[in-house]
Amino acid sequence: MNNKIGDQTIIFKNEPKIISHYSVVGEKEGNGNFKNYYHYILKDDLFGEKSFEHAERKMLEFAISNSIKGANLKIADIDLLIGGDLLNQIISASFTARHFDRPFLGVYGACSTMAESLAIGATFVDGKYLKNVVCATGTHFSTAERQYRFPLELGNQRPPTSQWTVTGAGSSVLSLNGCGHKIKMATLGKVTDYGIKDVNNMGAAMAPAAMSTLISHFKDTKTTPDDYDLILTGDLGKLGSEILMDLMEHNGYKFGKNYNDCGQMIYNNNQKTFQGGSGCGCSAAVLNSFVLKKMDEGVFKRVLFAATGALLSTLSSQQGDTIPGICHAVVIEKDDKKEN
Amino acid sequence: MDIFLTYLKVFAVGGLICMLGQLLIIKTKLTSSRILVLFVCIGAILEAVGLYEPIANFAKAGATVPITGFGRSLAKGAIQGVKEMGFLGAFAGGLTATAAGITCAVVSAFVMGLIFNSRTKKY
Amino acid sequence: MKKEKHLSRNEQFVKYVEAKTPKTKTFPTLIWAYLVGGIICMIGQGINDALMAIFPKMGQEEASTWMLIILIFIASLLTGLGLYDRIGVFAGGGSIVPITGFSNSITSPAMEFKKEGIIFGLCVKMFSVAGPVLVCGLVISFITGIIYLFI
Repeated sequence: MNNKIGDQTIIFKNEPKIISHYSVVGEKEGNGNFKNYYHYILKDDLFGEKSFEHAERKMLEFAISNSIKGANLKIADIDLLIGGDLLNQIISASFTARHFDRPFLGVYGACSTMAESLAIGATFVDGKYLKNVVCATGTHFSTAERQYRFPLELGNQRPPTSQWTVTGAGSSVLSLNGCGHKIKMATLGKVTDYGIKDVNNMGAAMAPAAMSTLISHFKDTKTTPDDYDLILTGDLGKLGSEILMDLMEHNGYKFGKNYNDCGQMIYNNNQKTFQGGSGCGCSAAVLNSFVLKKMDEGVFKRVLFAATGALLSTLSSQQGDTIPGICHAVVIEKDDKKEN
Repeated sequence: MDIFLTYLKVFAVGGLICMLGQLLIIKTKLTSSRILVLFVCIGAILEAVGLYEPIANFAKAGATVPITGFGRSLAKGAIQGVKEMGFLGAFAGGLTATAAGITCAVVSAFVMGLIFNSRTKKY
Repeated sequence: MKKEKHLSRNEQFVKYVEAKTPKTKTFPTLIWAYLVGGIICMIGQGINDALMAIFPKMGQEEASTWMLIILIFIASLLTGLGLYDRIGVFAGGGSIVPITGFSNSITSPAMEFKKEGIIFGLCVKMFSVAGPVLVCGLVISFITGIIYLFI
């Protein structure tokens, strides 16, 4: 049990490394703030496929195979594939996995899935049960929109609190061998529900979950927000981030300039996404492009990556249920050998 | 001058009804389906109590183009049907009066659905 | 006990979020809704008048029905071409409330769910947005008829 500290946090003593990473995003994301960081930007939202669902799978497949290539590994070297997405029965991840013919664990944590799979993957690798694990998630605006909201061509107005589901996928390869940034700890989150019902205000629904996990993390590890160069929540959006900052301040933690949110960062202000991006592709794409590349450059040395997810379905919200949220946090530290 | 006045009335009343819809969307967070349902019901009720007829005479297309006009036709058809056929008319009247519009909407949706594909929204 | 504690905590949080949430700028969207809605109605009137001028034998009722059919078709076509949702972005109620919005709400799911097949996709899902309008409309029409039967 000595790998667990405090209530919810585990320490990876062998320091699994992200030896390779890859991100794919859609055209809109490609025009956003991180256009110079993504590995690949789609020119066509369908990615040459016949439906958006197929495009989502292809993006995932593309990200996974390129991240494996980037690690100079063969598909046969991968011991486990962990992945998830937003579609019902996580079809994108599992359908993608059948192409690789490797063991697969499908996980669902809504938009927190990237952090969740990193935490699970790091545990396997750290425990030396498995050598190389791939963690990948992806979403597509058009598949999420038709599943959760309305047909694309319906002439409705998006409310000002709404977020834009990111078209994108990210994949990371974890291993003890090779060089890369180290995953030091993971704080597994609790499902938290503060009674928000508005499906167009996910940020507000997820902010309490982020608060719960972050506070547990700081308590468990006896750290403060200032110990991190970047505290990055998943996809709370602008409003959600403000709410989180208020909540944290209420609990005695003050976030400075080192706090940011993937959803808030990914689009620029002219892209009319209101509160910013969402979806598990959002945190996956931002982590696997901007964050890890900036860590390569040495801008960030210690990152607390806390992806958040709203665990609702269309049924639950139609039945008037409140929206539970979850947040998992992973601490990533810069690999000192990788100085340039 | 007469024709100008007519179009002004059409614009004023039609726009007003749409603006009320928009106000409801913002203030009550109703989705568009609910707005349409509400407006159809309002139209039908106004027709049933005899208030829609004067509005339609005044505003013409300004009162028939908004979805309230659809509700009105449904109610008007049912009343007409009852007058002509009795009890059976209550079943047949509404759809008879609106059959052309519904069929056109369904047929064109079917055809467009076959021809076109959804595109990702830009905004 | 714990549940009650959560209730008051949740109430406070919901209240706080409501206060924090940015409101839609009501006024400009109302103007846009008014403008677009009014223009759509004027186009309808124009079609109506043109029909009556071209076909002098056509009565007002008939012309009005044709006008609606034409508007419904145009809206459906615009939806197919991917233009109607762009009008909707700024017009809001202005393009939802007119009969063209009804047409859009039938055509858009038909296009969207074609991928799941003609029968189970296109045909079944066609009314996923507009279905309630037809159901409620028919129910209220039936009720109106019944009431008129007895008075």
